[in-house]
Amino acid sequence: MTTSGTHDTQVIVDPRVPLVRISRQFDAPPEKVFRAHTDPTLVVQWLGPRRHDMRVDQWDCRTGGSYRYVHASDGNEYGFHGCFHEVRPAEVIVQTFTFEGVPDGVALERLVLEDLGNGRTRLTATSLVDSFEARDAFVSSGMEGGVREGYERLDELLAR
Amino acid sequence: MAADSLSRVFSALADPTRRDMVARLAVADATVNELAEPYDVTVQAVSKHLKVLEDAGLVSRRRDARRRPVHLEAEGFDLMTRWIERYRREAEERYRRLDDVLRTMPDDVDAAPTP
Repeated sequence: MTTSGTHDTQVIVDPRVPLVRISRQFDAPPEKVFRAHTDPTLVVQWLGPRRHDMRVDQWDCRTGGSYRYVHASDGNEYGFHGCFHEVRPAEVIVQTFTFEGVPDGVALERLVLEDLGNGRTRLTATSLVDSFEARDAFVSSGMEGGVREGYERLDELLAR
Repeated sequence: MAADSLSRVFSALADPTRRDMVARLAVADATVNELAEPYDVTVQAVSKHLKVLEDAGLVSRRRDARRRPVHLEAEGFDLMTRWIERYRREAEERYRRLDDVLRTMPDDVDAAPTP
């Protein structure tokens, strides 16, 4: 596992399985964090990149439901869609995720909310794809500029 | 820096023997024979592992020296950590927006309101 994150958000890239895992704590109970993921009027306020407008075409966040949304930027539209495979209030959301630019590609995503007590929640979001190439394209997409020294990650890797 | 260089780094490190070799090279340079010693494999097999690490830019072999010691290339790891750090930062930005949304929500929110 390659772990990154001196701040709050942690990213784990597994060398053996094509997955990326993100973990973060929130100062809100699981019910609230869950609602912010399932209510489309709340989702549009945070999910899309800041430079894009997010438009929801379809949103039925229940087990067996589906979704489609579009990120629009400078006249370009990027569509995303998938199905909600399992939705359990304040606990878990399992869904598929396809970027319509690569229609045959699909990620299986699992969002788990853990109640830490005192109105805090740990969110763990895992994205699993079907090849390392797809995973690495996933990690390196939408990246530009900037260089950062990060040899502590090398230390962690070597400590394994 | 293309995504396929990153793929090479990840797949080079997917193998436990290669990860172990990297860990030993972090301590000191070593020759192929020295690297092969602790494993129950041939020097040829170790050379193949080294080739994968070399193609990924994680190690280099000095051409001029007769012993041709293998050297760990920190820059190869830097590429990987840079991509991951960028990805992490995007996620952190997204979740800071979620923090803001959570602050605006009422406290007694129902996780799953009946439609």
